[in-house]
Amino acid sequence: MQFMLLFSRQGKLRLQKWYVPLSDKEKKKITRELVQTVLARKPKMCSFLEWRDLKIVYKRYASLYFCCAIEDQDNELITLEIIHRYVELLDKYFGSVCELDIIFNFEKAYFILDEFLLGGEAQETSKKNVLKAIEQADLLQENIDFQMRLFAGCQRSRDPTQRAGGNWPDINMVFIISLPHTPSSASYSAVCSLYRLQTQPSSAHNPTQMMFLCICVPQLCLSFLLLF
Amino acid sequence: MPAPIRLRELIRTIRTARTQAEEREMIQKECAAIRSSFREEDNTYRCRNVAKLLYMHMLGYPAHFGQLECLKLIASQKFTDKRIGYLGAMLLLDERQDVHLLMTNCIKNDLNHSTQYVQGLALCTLGCMGSSEMCRDLAGEVEKLLKTSNSYLRKKAALCAVHVIRKVPELMEMFLPATKNLLSEKNHGVLHTSVVLLTEMCERSPDMLSHFRKLVPQLVRILKNLIMSGYSPEHDVSGISDPFLQVRILRLLRILGRSDDDSSEAMNDILAQVATNTETSKNVGNAILYETVLTIMDIKSESGLRVLAINILGRFLLNNDKNIRYVALTSLLKTVQTDHNAVQRHRSTIVDCLKDLDVSIKRRAMELSFALVNGNNIRGMMKELLYFLDSCDPEFKADCASGVFLAAEKYAPSKRWHIDTIMRVLTTAGSYVRDDSVPNLIQLITNSVEMHAYTVQRLYKALLDDISQQPLVQVSSWCIGEYGDLLVSGQCEEEEPIQDEVLDVLEGLLVSNLSTPVTRGYALTAIMKLSTRFSSVNRIKKVVSIYGSSIDVELQQRAVEYNALFKKYDHMRPALLERMPIMEKTATNGPTEIVQTNGETEPSVLDTKHPPPVTQPANQVRTLKQFWYLHSVLCCCSDPVSPWTFQLQLLSPSSNVVPALNQGTVTQVIRVLNPQKQQLRMRIKLTYTHKGSPVQDLAEVNNFPPQSWQ
Repeated sequence: MQFMLLFSRQGKLRLQKWYVPLSDKEKKKITRELVQTVLARKPKMCSFLEWRDLKIVYKRYASLYFCCAIEDQDNELITLEIIHRYVELLDKYFGSVCELDIIFNFEKAYFILDEFLLGGEAQETSKKNVLKAIEQADLLQENIDFQMRLFAGCQRSRDPTQRAGGNWPDINMVFIISLPHTPSSASYSAVCSLYRLQTQPSSAHNPTQMMFLCICVPQLCLSFLLLF
Repeated sequence: MPAPIRLRELIRTIRTARTQAEEREMIQKECAAIRSSFREEDNTYRCRNVAKLLYMHMLGYPAHFGQLECLKLIASQKFTDKRIGYLGAMLLLDERQDVHLLMTNCIKNDLNHSTQYVQGLALCTLGCMGSSEMCRDLAGEVEKLLKTSNSYLRKKAALCAVHVIRKVPELMEMFLPATKNLLSEKNHGVLHTSVVLLTEMCERSPDMLSHFRKLVPQLVRILKNLIMSGYSPEHDVSGISDPFLQVRILRLLRILGRSDDDSSEAMNDILAQVATNTETSKNVGNAILYETVLTIMDIKSESGLRVLAINILGRFLLNNDKNIRYVALTSLLKTVQTDHNAVQRHRSTIVDCLKDLDVSIKRRAMELSFALVNGNNIRGMMKELLYFLDSCDPEFKADCASGVFLAAEKYAPSKRWHIDTIMRVLTTAGSYVRDDSVPNLIQLITNSVEMHAYTVQRLYKALLDDISQQPLVQVSSWCIGEYGDLLVSGQCEEEEPIQDEVLDVLEGLLVSNLSTPVTRGYALTAIMKLSTRFSSVNRIKKVVSIYGSSIDVELQQRAVEYNALFKKYDHMRPALLERMPIMEKTATNGPTEIVQTNGETEPSVLDTKHPPPVTQPANQVRTLKQFWYLHSVLCCCSDPVSPWTFQLQLLSPSSNVVPALNQGTVTQVIRVLNPQKQQLRMRIKLTYTHKGSPVQDLAEVNNFPPQSWQ
């Protein structure tokens, strides 16, 4: 695939993903011409057209046109399936997706697309796996940032002696504990493992870690007292 | 400084703008705020600001000042920052700017990050827009990740490797060891991307292709498992298990089996299985069948399999879904050369597609119809194609007309049919006919001697109806000029026109605004030719003399020369204007190939505004030859003492071969007009070929008997 465009019936661009290097001016020109061509098509016409030296596959879903440009040797019919799969992913993620969702959450639409396609080809053929990856990444966005801010230098370096602040396994543990829907038994066992780690001579005793735990999971506060 | 507004807030605000100007104002205000925020090096809100900038960029506003900010975001430790930063890099940066190289180090670090999602971001960005320099620097990291056991990263690394190979083909070797056990993966994502990687490598290098041929049995096995396995909820699409993977495997098999008998043999069974077992009720199944057909046609498959493939395409043609029909027509066009007979069986369905409403389908059907025309079906096919020519959109008419001419030339069952067909094309699509058609048609008509009367009569009638289509008018006027005598002599079946009517029509062409200068030239020459075929010479003389002062230089020159013919060389006029002999067919004649592709253009963009300028090489050559003859005759009479004393008429020699050993002679008659009774002298220059080499001989004859010139 060379590029994918999403645009409304009025010709407004909602998403553009380019897999070939082109200047901004060229992209604008191509977009304008292609949008005009596709919008001029009548509803009963077939989903494929030849444009310049590319094959264009487009499909309309409600008020949005999904338009892909593929090369000569690519299979048009499976491209229709790819478009459909992307729509299904959006639908599952946003829950009955509509154009407004894509307008107001365009960056999420991109993230989903980037988890499904890479370099113009499908990287994952299982709907479940794509959605799982997005979900995990979203969680990471919410939680890990908070922790990353507390623990400086959490990027793992090759040399273990250079590790400052939080240890990666420690942070993983903390992550599990702070997830709101983690069953308390899991959190409790995680706390215990953390305690074990803390008591090992090699790890640094970091009081801020403990403080964080107390703040996040009040019901386990009592058990923490033991650690101190 | 107050916190910058949130992204959603901005989107909401901008959407309330009622005019373009209002929107532009809002955008400019926000851009200014963002710019000052960037200047302050504000880390907290950088992410938010860049996200807003990306939204404004999508609306079409410039956002280049955010490029460096994207780089700062990528280098940040926060996952949110990285996510937006990489997105911004993919949208705003491109490899033409040096700025993008600054990303290389960040990507390198992130490829080794402890969180797989950060690694994933880096791989994705590299795989989408990495430049050749970046790819060179980071290929090693990608290769390492290709060998990891983490399937999430492995699949991304595979597609990233594809991009690296596309950008820097020399690095392909580097990825070879990592491909060793890619196909033994269970994970479908990795399998799919691995097949894409293998496909890319095989397409680019014949060595890789031969190396990977050994994978055919493994691929066949994987495909078999996909088809035979039961329902797998994770990969199921309308009852078919992982169609994306199936299609990709079929494509790789196509490349591997292409010119190799053994590989093709190994895949025969599985291809037949897929072709017969795949469910065709939904698009998914048809997508797989389509890929299967393409593979069968491309490898060295046995004939039974090929027939199966074409029958699948035939069934596609009858499908209600027009996408399927389109795809079938495209594939049939590719195979019609090699499997002509098999495709012929579906001819009637293809011809029906000419009546489809969709432009792309009509174009494909037209191209395919022309490819299927042969001596047996020419009459039936031509009927359909002419009907199509009548009713099709202007964008098709030129190609269709050329196609009809070509087909008619190759397979015409009779001369009359041929001329009728040409007439039909000229009258229905006359202005769309290509430049070289006119001389071709003239040649064809000249050579069909027995049809002259019929042709000129029909062309004359067509001219009476409509003089706007230039190619038609040109051919008609030429014919009337040549065969006008047949037109008025009663040899035609219908009531013949009288001479004055014919001259009226031709004169009408000369004065009409619809006629191009070229057409006027044709008309004038035609009128001139009629001076030897009709009796109303005076009228013709008058017309010709009027145009002697025409503004059009070409017309003026012709008129002046014709005038000279009337005045000084009237005795030569009959010889000069006599019937054209049969023309030789030159190899370069004939309309060009029908242009494929590009069925979709807007009506306003089409090039059918004016008919293309017509050149008439054949006619011009003829005219030139005639005049050259005239001039050369005049020149060879010139005498230093008194020019224009004699006038000669050279007749054709009796033969152009002189038999050897005095077994025969060649005679040429020269008629001399010698009103001043001057002594005759002749200088002869003979040029001939003897045993292949040219020979020249000069001789002078001074001893003409006095009776010849006194």
